[in-house]
Amino acid sequence: MALSAGVDVGSTQTKAVIINEGLEIVGRSLIDTGANVVQAAEKAYLNALNDSGRREEEVAYVIGTGYGRYKVTFGDTQVTEISCHGRGAVHMFPNTKTVLDMGGQDTKAISVSKIGEIVDFCMNDKCAAGTGRFLGAASMALDIPLGELGAVALKSEKPVKISTTCTVFAESEVLSWLGKGKKIEDILLGVHKSISSRSIALLRRVGLNQQITFTGGVAKNIGMVEVLNENLGMKMNVSEESHFMGALGAALFAMDHIFESRIPVEETA
Amino acid sequence: MSYVIGVDVGSTYTKAVILSSDKEIMGHAMIQTGFKLDKASEKVYDQILKESGLSKAEIGYAISTGYGRHMVPYRDLTITDLTATARGSNYFFPKTRTVLDIGGQTMKASRLDEKTKVKSFRLNDKCAAGTGAFLEKTARYMGYETEEIGPLVQTSKADVSISGVCAVFAESEVINQLSLGSAPSDIMHGAMFSLVKRAIQLLKRVKMESQITLSGGIMRFKTMVDVLTENVEEKINVPDGEMVQFTTALGAATLALQRLEKVGASV
Repeated sequence: MALSAGVDVGSTQTKAVIINEGLEIVGRSLIDTGANVVQAAEKAYLNALNDSGRREEEVAYVIGTGYGRYKVTFGDTQVTEISCHGRGAVHMFPNTKTVLDMGGQDTKAISVSKIGEIVDFCMNDKCAAGTGRFLGAASMALDIPLGELGAVALKSEKPVKISTTCTVFAESEVLSWLGKGKKIEDILLGVHKSISSRSIALLRRVGLNQQITFTGGVAKNIGMVEVLNENLGMKMNVSEESHFMGALGAALFAMDHIFESRIPVEETA
Repeated sequence: MSYVIGVDVGSTYTKAVILSSDKEIMGHAMIQTGFKLDKASEKVYDQILKESGLSKAEIGYAISTGYGRHMVPYRDLTITDLTATARGSNYFFPKTRTVLDIGGQTMKASRLDEKTKVKSFRLNDKCAAGTGAFLEKTARYMGYETEEIGPLVQTSKADVSISGVCAVFAESEVINQLSLGSAPSDIMHGAMFSLVKRAIQLLKRVKMESQITLSGGIMRFKTMVDVLTENVEEKINVPDGEMVQFTTALGAATLALQRLEKVGASV
């Protein structure tokens, strides 16, 4: 039984997933990308292998994806993260029509076909507003770990209105609200609402077709999920593996290669 | 003899200038604004009085300007920063017809008539890529402080292109450039050049006319002025030394003086 691997080198974090021929995840890993992208890709891959308890020789095909996909030097080929998120989301939730992928520096709305092919997509390519970085700025300014932001935000009853668009200015706006005596949870809910409205604008541009699957690191934020669900008026699919969806998609494409490569072998046999 | 004060509460720094009745600059002071705008304006007031050896009783009129102008408790009047910068530029360079003011979180271009009235203006306060914050962030990503930007960029020898679309995306761009072996000074120069390109777009939109006077903390960096001068045909003025950061506060003070004279005449 061969294995395949997907390595998703994101702007902030690098994710790797190993799957078996039954398309089940057998190993995964997540590390910070840092400055040395090549090293991050290798390390994430080896950690995922370790996690699976399998040997490197068993991995027959590796695909790199994400903004640093060409830095996956040991990879057999590359696929864009848009294709990978679409593929991963449809694999996890077969009724997915639209994918919202929120990462460290970009947010993408992707419209997909039944088999997970990209129909249309739209992303913030010129500006980091409405991405995970906006949460990162709030986390820095308020000194609350990223993983706790959502839970704190959900305690709020009176969210403040965040007026800045730019992520850089958001940090000072957060501090100025603090200076005015606003509660941390009210500021944070305001931050989540601001990101939510930007992402929904993006989703509208590709058509808000149900079901929507939420992927990327920000999908782990329960506050973001709840605010988005409320503003959308529907419940998005969120998987435990949301953070690994791009890497999973890459691993699935890699498995396609393995299966396809066997066809001529079987014919000659 | 009576004196007046102009206070400019900016997003990053709060500046104050005291003028005498014969328009002489008696003192200037600057502190970080922080998040208590009223406190910052009080603190800068105390500081400038101490530096100029004056007492509150000797200050006849106070005008506040800048984004925190409504938070200054001792103000007699508030004016917009566009008006104040125009007046301050006129104080230094009476032939000023266009003002370019780059602050920590804004970039403004305005065109003035012969009487220093603002005829048209354009500003960016939405996106950090077109403001001082862009240079600060770029420096920070490479481990430099704001004050080190000037000396660093003067050692630049080669051109490195920085796209300058987003101050957040600049981080990956800077890291990429560093890993390709580019020198921090050259990257900083590239960031300045991209900021200058944005400034020129803004200047074109107000239909710039000669002479152009520069204002704001960034203009302390000689390279910034050099790059601007190289890329703009009109004559460019820069107030000497650190005064380039006080043009707006000074403009508020010159208006305060006019007010004081009017008040005095009517008594």
